[in-house]
Amino acid sequence: MGDQVPIEEGLFTWPSDSPKLVGSECQDCGAIVFPAQSGCPRCTSDNTETKELGTRGKLWTWTIQGFPPKSPPYQGDVDAFEPFGVGYVEIHNEVKVETRLTVADKEVLEIGMEMELTFIPLFTDDEGNEVITFAFAPLAS
Amino acid sequence: MSKPEVAIVGIGIHPFGRTPERTGQEQGVYAVRKALKDAGVEWSDIQFAFGGSQAAGAADTMVSKLGLTGLQFINVANGCATGGSALFSAYNTIASGAFDLGIAVGYDKHERGAFRVNTRSHGLGDWYGKQGLALTTQFFGMKINRYMEKFDISHNTLAKISAKAFRNAEHNPNAWRRQPFSEEQILESDMLSYPLTKFMFCSPAEGGVALILARADQAHKYTKTPVYLNAAVVRSRRWGSFEVMAPWIALDDAAGPTVDTSKAAFEMAGIGPDDIDVAQLQDTEAGAEIMHMAENGFCEHGEQERMIQQGETEIGGRLPVNTDGGCLANGEPVGASGLRQVYENVLQLRGEAGKRQVPNDPNVAYTHVYGAPGISGVTILSK
Repeated sequence: MGDQVPIEEGLFTWPSDSPKLVGSECQDCGAIVFPAQSGCPRCTSDNTETKELGTRGKLWTWTIQGFPPKSPPYQGDVDAFEPFGVGYVEIHNEVKVETRLTVADKEVLEIGMEMELTFIPLFTDDEGNEVITFAFAPLAS
Repeated sequence: MSKPEVAIVGIGIHPFGRTPERTGQEQGVYAVRKALKDAGVEWSDIQFAFGGSQAAGAADTMVSKLGLTGLQFINVANGCATGGSALFSAYNTIASGAFDLGIAVGYDKHERGAFRVNTRSHGLGDWYGKQGLALTTQFFGMKINRYMEKFDISHNTLAKISAKAFRNAEHNPNAWRRQPFSEEQILESDMLSYPLTKFMFCSPAEGGVALILARADQAHKYTKTPVYLNAAVVRSRRWGSFEVMAPWIALDDAAGPTVDTSKAAFEMAGIGPDDIDVAQLQDTEAGAEIMHMAENGFCEHGEQERMIQQGETEIGGRLPVNTDGGCLANGEPVGASGLRQVYENVLQLRGEAGKRQVPNDPNVAYTHVYGAPGISGVTILSK
């Protein structure tokens, strides 16, 4: 039995009791982007630092991926493919992040609904580790 | 209108769709030979070339088939705006006075199914594609979904765009999908990326287009019906715009590159949207055509619902859009797609578009492309 490993180092804090997405914040103009990067696309400064992002936001837009993405690059199970939700979540006062959604139902998904960060298993790698990525779920009411 | 410095004097096309017996490059060569014949010149007369393909090799290798004349040949790679960028470069090469006669060529041959995206070539990590993001189709679904809610666009209007494309293509012998579909068939086809169904998406395809450009004051040496390039503009995205292949978007909202490109092109030509008689707008899916109508200045946001329901963008309407069936019916061979739009507009301005000719003798025509990771190209043509 392998471990749970993140899909990419540095994308979110892992392992952690309360993992967070890691973006970067421009120290000159305050612009926040995700994932972390070395230059600021708003003011052109190179003075950026990593920043753990908030875990809640509003659904800005969404779609449902209805067919298996080409593999590669997709690493999920293509044979047992189930449609999945994709959206942008506007993390309060920070940045809009593109993300998988835990819901793929057009009757449930609604622009403006409150969402929160969660983590989902994607696939098992060659070493038997469960590869984890981030997703957003409707906030439990 | 500004005094044009550059004219299109010859056009050639290889039919779009699937041509198993020809490589992408051979389709490009075929288009070049057609264009040379149309302009009444030889390959040895051509002084320079700009060419591109995304998936079918370097365009400058065409010289081994067309003739090793020693001309200046520059490869262009700029995503969906590859053709537009080749044309922009050719335009400026003549306008600068460097050369008098040249060619812009684009061709492609893509595998079946949605575009397979190499996230690293977009400067993005492998994680983005591994987890099932990085699909152009998702971006289009998400952009139109938000737009439909914000501006009250109906699902039926999406279907009407696709139905128009296939109906127009029925009269285009070079189009790929020439069978009309009803709005019901379009709405009931597989839901690929909500709210867009299978028949609302264009597919990657094959094809080639070549355009021969000359100094405007020499155009009549080659043709009785020159078409002048009044504007050719390419722009990239600014902070705050919402683009394809974006793991994040800024909190601030800004207009996309299409808005900037369109404004700059109208300024360059010295005219406005009301002066345009026929337009070819990037319609990689039905929602894109709707949103691009407003982004290019042809209407206010939300006005499309009424315009499309009333048929204003049909061939006989006030502003015919995508008269050759657009990307929806022609597919999208990336290198050739933007040049196809110009090819169609040249036919329309010459009055040679056959059964799909727009009535009322058009004088000014407009093309627009949009592509990853947030670029746009616009041309304005006149006769």
